[in-house]
Amino acid sequence: MSAAPKTASPEVPRVVDERVAKRSVIGQLMSRPEVGALVGAVAVFVFFSIVAPTFSQPTSIATVLYGASTIGIMVVGVSLLMIGGEFDLSTGVAVVSSALMASLFSWYFVTNVWVGVVVALILSLAIGCINGLILIRTKLPSFIVTLAMFLMLTGLNLALTRLIGGSVSSPSISEMDGFGAAKAVFASTIPVFGVPIRITVVYWILLVIIATHLLMRTRVGNWIFAVGGDQHAARAVGVPVVGTKIGLFMGVGFCAWLLGMHNLFAFNTVQSGEGVGNEFLYIIGAVIGGCLLTGGYGSAIGGAIGALIFGMASAGIVYAQWNPDWFKFFLGLMLLLATIVNMVVKKRAERSK
Amino acid sequence: MNQNSSWRRPLAAVLLVPLLTLAACSSSGGREVPAGDDAGTAGQTATTEAMKIGFVTHAVPGDTFWDIVRAGAEEAAAKDNVELVYASDPEGGRQARLVQQYIDQDVDGIAVTMAKPEAMKDVIAAAGAAGIPVVSLNAGEEKALEYGAFTHFGQDEAVAGEAAGTALEEAGVTHPICVIQEQGHVGLEARCAGIKSVLPDTENLYVQGTDMTQVAATATAELQSNSDADAIVGLGGPFTMTLLDAAKDTGADVQVASFDLNEELAGAIADGDVLFTIDQQPWLQGYMAVDSLWQNHRGGFELGGGVATLTGPSVIDSSNVEAVQQFAAEGVR
Repeated sequence: MSAAPKTASPEVPRVVDERVAKRSVIGQLMSRPEVGALVGAVAVFVFFSIVAPTFSQPTSIATVLYGASTIGIMVVGVSLLMIGGEFDLSTGVAVVSSALMASLFSWYFVTNVWVGVVVALILSLAIGCINGLILIRTKLPSFIVTLAMFLMLTGLNLALTRLIGGSVSSPSISEMDGFGAAKAVFASTIPVFGVPIRITVVYWILLVIIATHLLMRTRVGNWIFAVGGDQHAARAVGVPVVGTKIGLFMGVGFCAWLLGMHNLFAFNTVQSGEGVGNEFLYIIGAVIGGCLLTGGYGSAIGGAIGALIFGMASAGIVYAQWNPDWFKFFLGLMLLLATIVNMVVKKRAERSK
Repeated sequence: MNQNSSWRRPLAAVLLVPLLTLAACSSSGGREVPAGDDAGTAGQTATTEAMKIGFVTHAVPGDTFWDIVRAGAEEAAAKDNVELVYASDPEGGRQARLVQQYIDQDVDGIAVTMAKPEAMKDVIAAAGAAGIPVVSLNAGEEKALEYGAFTHFGQDEAVAGEAAGTALEEAGVTHPICVIQEQGHVGLEARCAGIKSVLPDTENLYVQGTDMTQVAATATAELQSNSDADAIVGLGGPFTMTLLDAAKDTGADVQVASFDLNEELAGAIADGDVLFTIDQQPWLQGYMAVDSLWQNHRGGFELGGGVATLTGPSVIDSSNVEAVQQFAAEGVR
């Protein structure tokens, strides 16, 4: 990988170098990581609009967006992490850990639920930080480190929930102080032109904007591309590799907290066994959106489009009234097609430089 | 040419033998070639206007139990001139979204399982607001009516557990092991708690139901190390068959009992290998859910009188297993 990080400050070079030569608009567009995913998203939307008449009505689109946002929020963090050259298998259960922490803490200590929310945020950031620290200290691949974290969190979710709450699901906290306000913040529905839009969709879009700005317009964004492209070269030119990687894992932790809070306040109790397997959905979303497993390449917008494709496909199969047995098959096929399209587009873009 | 023939003949044989065996018929086993109409769809169909019912469960894809529920639902739908749309997801939030999608499609009725009642609360209220009648089935009866379903079809798992405990007690069991195949499942916990309420020495054993080899290994280890146990109880047909094998392999002196039913389990009860099973009659849950929604559409009826309609427990043991074996083979029991 030798994707040179884009510098943020547009300095006018005295000597015109071929590396900074102006490229055609089409060429620039085609070299964006998310272009393959965008083509895919339009195709999926048109396809399901034709086969399922109810798919394109406003209320259905709101449902699809909600479904996409519950994956997309995590995909933002996971995309950045993958651009930084690592990936995380503990994300699915980390969401549930965060929700359980908030509800069990406030229930056991009889506090306002907002105390639990803050404690859960600290826990989620700590999980990310621990993942990053172990990775840096041991030099083990992130696959192994986060797989271990995934198993440990799965066990902790089940064991601690039973130990503290005495049951397999967290006790109800809907009667506690602050629940109403927290529900309004994390799990409300906003009517937009008469269509009920879930607040997670708003958070998702906000996160994508923030992440895109971070990647494209800041020094930190350059660091992320650099550590994902070539860690040793990055370290040699003074990029804080350790801080960047730990920060990326903590970013994933933040996203897990946000989604965990939504799950808690939308449904008020949390099943301790849930979340297993969702980590792959987040990785799939990022990969469909053009992030490379090898790191150093990808975008937050691409990840968002990947999540949207996933949301459209999973909902579209239901709106089209197909047998849901086929869902996983189509998902696998879509993943394969999307990544092939991404590869082809990327190769062409590199040739047209 | 000639020096090549040394490998050509074996190759031809290797290719031909499977083809020849394909042409030979097996004298036993295999698919039953259907003769005429399937059972249940041969009867008369209602002449009422067509309606559409959304059926949403928390089933893990590929679970035999849910095939039976779905078969019951399909049969009622065929009889009632109903278009049935079915979807399932084991995760509460995603299951709620599936219900929302059927509301978006403006179905005429919704049947839903409420294993995660809190996750379903808002979306069932949304169905009520859209004027769509809801029935619940299989799980979550304690909350179903409160949250807006007009009735619930299922068995009370605690009552079912007590029935199992009583039946075990009559068989002289004092120290059963209750094997839970899904950690975090409220209904399964309630069954074991029901057994424990009758037999206080009951022990729970957790296994990973998605991996049968792990179930076998864990049960074998438990039976080898726990000499006090005099019975082992599985909470689903396939799991009980695995536990039965484990009990035979270890030579442990334990009786085997079960919940739910399938063809093999019915055979094992008839052979005397398994004491009994507690059947919740899943086919009825699917059938009655669809049928009651049709009745509601037909004349505004609300079955159940504002409480749950129980489909179990029904105890199947050596005295009555003959009557259900044939239906178990058909995938109805």
